[in-house]
Amino acid sequence: MSKEKLSGADALMRSLQEEEVDLIFGYPGGANLHIYDALFNQQAVKHVLVRHEQGAVHAADGYARSSGKPGVVFVTSGPGATNAITGIATAHMDSTPVIVISGQVKSHLIGTDSFQETDMIGISRPIVKHSFLVKKAEEIPLIIKKAFHIAVSGRPGPVVIDIPKDVTDPGYEFDYSYPEELDIRSYKPVEEGHSGQIRRAAKLLLKAEKPVIYSGGGVIQSNASQELIELANLLNFPVTNTLMGLGAYPGTDKRFIGMLGMHGTYEANMAMHNCDLILAVGARFDDRITNDPAQFSLGAKKIHIDIDPASLSKIIKVDVPIVGSAKNCLKQLIRELKKKKSKIDKEKINPWLNQIAEWRCQHGLNHNMLDKPTSNGKILPQQVIQSLYKETEGNAYVTSDVGQHQMFAAQYYHFDKPRKWINSGGLGTMGFGLPAAMGVQSAFPEACVACVTGEGSIQMCIQELSTCLQYDLPIKIINVNNSALGMVKQWQDMQYDGRLSQSTYEDSLPDFAKLAESYGHVGIKVENPKDLEPSMKECFKLKNKLVFLDIVVDQDEHVYPMLEAGMSMESMWLDKETKTWE
Amino acid sequence: MRRVVALLMENQPGALSRVVGLFSQRGYNIESLIVAPTNDPSLSRLTMTTDGDTRVIEQITKQLNKLIDVVKVIDLSDEDYLGRELLLIKLELTKEAEERIKDLGGDVLFKSETLLNAEFVGNSEDLDKIVDTLSELNLLEVVRTGLSGISSTSRTLTI
Ligand SMILES: Cc1ncc(C[n+]2csc(CCOP(=O)(O)OP(=O)(O)O)c2C)c(N)n1
Ligand SMILES: [Mg+2]
Repeated sequence: MSKEKLSGADALMRSLQEEEVDLIFGYPGGANLHIYDALFNQQAVKHVLVRHEQGAVHAADGYARSSGKPGVVFVTSGPGATNAITGIATAHMDSTPVIVISGQVKSHLIGTDSFQETDMIGISRPIVKHSFLVKKAEEIPLIIKKAFHIAVSGRPGPVVIDIPKDVTDPGYEFDYSYPEELDIRSYKPVEEGHSGQIRRAAKLLLKAEKPVIYSGGGVIQSNASQELIELANLLNFPVTNTLMGLGAYPGTDKRFIGMLGMHGTYEANMAMHNCDLILAVGARFDDRITNDPAQFSLGAKKIHIDIDPASLSKIIKVDVPIVGSAKNCLKQLIRELKKKKSKIDKEKINPWLNQIAEWRCQHGLNHNMLDKPTSNGKILPQQVIQSLYKETEGNAYVTSDVGQHQMFAAQYYHFDKPRKWINSGGLGTMGFGLPAAMGVQSAFPEACVACVTGEGSIQMCIQELSTCLQYDLPIKIINVNNSALGMVKQWQDMQYDGRLSQSTYEDSLPDFAKLAESYGHVGIKVENPKDLEPSMKECFKLKNKLVFLDIVVDQDEHVYPMLEAGMSMESMWLDKETKTWE
Repeated sequence: MRRVVALLMENQPGALSRVVGLFSQRGYNIESLIVAPTNDPSLSRLTMTTDGDTRVIEQITKQLNKLIDVVKVIDLSDEDYLGRELLLIKLELTKEAEERIKDLGGDVLFKSETLLNAEFVGNSEDLDKIVDTLSELNLLEVVRTGLSGISSTSRTLTI
C-alpha cells in the first residue's frame, strides 16, 4: 500500500473507512474536536448528532443488532465518556459489537485531574470486551484494525478506544498505511466444534424422546437461523427461544413453543422442566431462565453449544459442552445426523409434541385478545401488541424498552426472522428503545421500525425525538402508557401487598402527543378501545413521519406466566389467582 | 481448596488491572499475586493463589483466558508443581537471633550495629512456621512476596 502523510485524526477517519464504516453516532466536545474536524473534511462516513451520549451508544447498538455490522460512536472525554457508560454496559451484557471512540485530555495532562478528565479505560474496564489507550498517532491504524476484529469475532462485544487530544493533532503527520493482516497471539476464538463432542451430542439427540432445543442470542449473532431450522426439521424437535433469541426460529412455526423463562410460555417452561434432553445453542442459562439452578430440569441430559468457553458449565453442569460458533456447530451436527439418517425416528417425538400441545391448550397465551372487548372498557397492553402485530403483518423491526411492555411485546409479537426484535435483555436498560430504533432506521431507511415503550422508559431518552427530526427517522413509537412503572408495580402488587412505593407519578406525566408535536412529529393519543386499531392503522400509514402513539392502557394488568423465585421452572403464576404449585 | 494459577500476559499497561479487576468483579478472592516480565520482554508472568472448588477454579481460568491480553493460563495445582516464596525480615541484632535464623535455614544479608536483615525461601507453609518461630524474638518487620510457581511435569507455560 502506498504511504501518505496523515494526521492522527485523518488516519482515524481513513481507518474507519477501511473498515467500511458508513455511519457514526456521536457528540462533540473539547477532547475530540480534531476528530470532528477530520470528519468534516471527508464525505464517506456520515454522522448522526444525538442529544445525549447514552443515545449514541444505544443507537450504534441498534444499528449493529439489526444489520450485523459493528456500530461506531464518538464521544468526548469526561462527561461525554461517562454518559456513554450505560450504553456500553448494555452492549456488553448482550454481546453486541459496538466501538466507542472517546476523546481524552492531552497525554501530558492525564493523571492531573485536568478539565474534563476521567479514566475512561478504568471506568469501562469491567463492561468492555477490550479497550485501548492510544499513545501515539502511528498506533491508530493497527488499533482500529484490532478493535473491529475483536468487537465482531468470537463472542462479540463492545470495544473502547480512548484517544488523547494531542494524538489527533493536525499539526503532526505520519506515514499512514492500513495493516492488511492481523494476528493477535492472545486471541484466537474457536469456531469449529470438537468432532468427538459433536458425535457424542448427535448420539444423545438420536436417543431423546422428550427433547427441547433452547436457543439464544448466539444463534442470531452467528447468523445460524437457517441451520437451527434445518436441525429442528431434521429431528422434529420443538424449539424455545430466549428473550434475546426471538426470531432465530420462526415464531409462527408449528415447532415453536414460545419464549421460555421468567415470563415464558407455560408450555415452554413445562417442556424445559420435564424434558429428557436439552440442546442449548448460543444461550447461557441465565438466572431469568433457570430459576433455581439446583432444581433446573433435573431429568434432562444437556448439550451446550457456545462460542464462549466460560459460558459452558458456568451455571448448569452439562453433559456435552461444545465450544464453537452456533453456525459451525449446528452445521457439524446436521452433517453428523445425516450420516445416521436411518436412526432418526421423527415419530418417536410425537407423544412429547402432543404433551406440549396439551400444555398450550391448558394455559397457553391468548393471541386473539383483540376479538373481545374488555369488560372494564380499558385497553389491555396485550391488545396493543396484537394490534401492532396485525397492522405490521409481523414484518416490522421492533425495538423495546424495559418493563411490562417489553415482556408483552416478546410474548405477543411473533418474530419470524432474526435481527428484527431488538431489546436490552441482559442489562435491562430503560431508555434503550428509542435510540436503538434510530440505529435500526438508519441502517434500514426504508424499513418499518416500531419502538414499543412505556411512559417510564421513554422519558429516559426522550431527548432523541429531536435527533429523529433532524435525520428524518420515521420511527413509530408505541407508548404502552399505564401511568406507572408497571413492572415495579407488578412486583409490589405481588410481593409487597400492593404498597406502591415510588412507582407512580400522580398527575405529573406530560401530554406525550403534544410533546411529540412540539418536537415536530405527529402525536396521537388513544384512550378508547375502539380507537386502538384505527389509530394503529393511521400511525403506520404516515410512512414518512415519526408518529408517537400514546395508548392509555389498564394499569392493573400483570405479565403472566411468571416464575416464582427460588423454585423450578414448573412453578409459575398463571394469573393473579392461579399458581401451578401448592 | 488452595489453588495456584499461573498465566502469561502481554507486558502492557492495563493488562494487570484487567486481571486484578476480574477477580473483584466476579467475586473471586486473591490470596497472593506476584508478577514480573519474563525473559521475553513482551510478556509478563503472573502467579496467583486463590481458593475455591474445582468449578470455581475452572471459571476463573476460563474468565482469565477470555481477557484479550492474557496469552495462556494454567492451574499449576492441577499437577505436581514447585511453589516458592521469599520472606524478608528485620530483627534486632542479637546472638540468639543470628543463631535461630541459621538453624531455620535463613541467610543474614545485612547487619548494622543494632539491626539485621535476613531472607528465607520456601513454600508457604514452611514460611508460616518460620514466622511463628521467629515471633518469639523481637521481630520488627516481615515481608513476603507471595507464591511463585513452576510446574514439575513436562507441561510448560510458554508460548
Ligand atoms: C435505567 C433503569 N432504571 C430502573 C429500572 C428498573 N425497572 C425495570 S422495569 C421498570 C418500570 C418501567 O416502566 P415503564 O417504562 O413505564 O414500563 P411498564 O413496566 O410500565 O410497561 C423499572 C423502573 C431499569 N430496568 N432500568
Ligand atoms: Mg409504564
